[in-house]
Amino acid sequence: MACDLWTAKLDAYVDGELSSLDAASLAQHLRQCAGCSADALERVQMKRAVAVAGKRYQPSAQLREKIQQSLVKRGRHEGSWVWKIVALPATLVLVLSLAVSLYVDHEKTLRQRVYSELTDLHVATLASASPVDVISTDRHTVKPWFQGKIPFSFNLPELQGTDFTLVGGRVSYLAQSPGAHLIYRFRQHEISVFIYQDRGDATAALASAPVSMLSFTVESWTKNGLRYFVVGDVGAQDIEGLSKLLRDAG
Amino acid sequence: MEVPDQRVPAATFEELALPLFEQLYNFAHWLAQDASEAEDLVQETYAKALRAFSGFQLGTNFRAWMFRILRNTFLTSRTGLKSTSASEDEVETIASTAPNPETVLLERADREMVRQALTELPVPFREILLLCEVEEMSYEEISQVLVIPVGTVMSRLHRARKALRALMVEKFEGAPHGV
Repeated sequence: MACDLWTAKLDAYVDGELSSLDAASLAQHLRQCAGCSADALERVQMKRAVAVAGKRYQPSAQLREKIQQSLVKRGRHEGSWVWKIVALPATLVLVLSLAVSLYVDHEKTLRQRVYSELTDLHVATLASASPVDVISTDRHTVKPWFQGKIPFSFNLPELQGTDFTLVGGRVSYLAQSPGAHLIYRFRQHEISVFIYQDRGDATAALASAPVSMLSFTVESWTKNGLRYFVVGDVGAQDIEGLSKLLRDAG
Repeated sequence: MEVPDQRVPAATFEELALPLFEQLYNFAHWLAQDASEAEDLVQETYAKALRAFSGFQLGTNFRAWMFRILRNTFLTSRTGLKSTSASEDEVETIASTAPNPETVLLERADREMVRQALTELPVPFREILLLCEVEEMSYEEISQVLVIPVGTVMSRLHRARKALRALMVEKFEGAPHGV
């Protein structure tokens, strides 16, 4: 079969919608045809990119509570008055415990979301052909580069006598707010430092002690209205080492 | 012969509908492009679905049903009415300018760029991509949400992907580190 006939089936193939017979024939063709195989790979990458980018918006805990309550309210309307009197205290307890667990869940989800977004940014940047937009080991070059690109300023530490080297930086976004993404080298490892404005609401739930996520360690703190994150695949002690330098400089 | 009651008991609405809450909100926000409108849409969807639930038949896809209610609610909202006024021609133009896939260096495009491109897509393209890639719905499920035949799902999805690719190339070339 000519390539253009296979190409017409590639979307259905990557979406898992081809019959097993067609899928097997197409897979056979892909093993032999570099062009179609590259095309299929590009489609899979595009699917993944949209899947990741599309999971973007998180509802507030208040909205969830409102909807839960509207469902509970409806349940109460359907019962008798006697039932209502008996059920009222139980409902209150339920709503209160629900609110507490929702709050805890929300904080947990928020924390996981922020951390996984940052580790994604860290990995994606390092995998990129041009990980930094300003390449310099000199903090006096990197810091001014951010002027006019982000709505705040920050201080970077002197690294002489330490095992850390500044590689460069780029502008990065977290929850639609711009910030600085700096890359440091530590022996054979790269460590990302993210600095954003502390918006309280979005980042208040973040722990200050180093947290392990997959094989990454993340440390976060706020200082002078800025929220710092240090992300890397080195040990917690080394992440803390860099964090301390940044804290002292900030 | 007695026909078994296929209706789902009302108590299970919460069990079925609440796990969809985050997905519905994400979809609503993508459609409306506004947090408070998305909240209104989700609340209205739950209210409508609850009212209509006594008639819901087992065997029907509940998720597709909820997403369809949400989408219809959006289409009849002020933002929804405005968004669908984009002519089919405009949609076609975006799709037809798409280059060959190999010209897009996806691995160099960051998530923000994909998000921007998705935001700029016309609603019919944006919604079908979200249902397919984010919600991982089958063509059959998508056809139930959008109330279109499976064949149309396939062709619209194809055009949506082309249009997204075109927008990404445009953004990539416009970016300071573009090739």
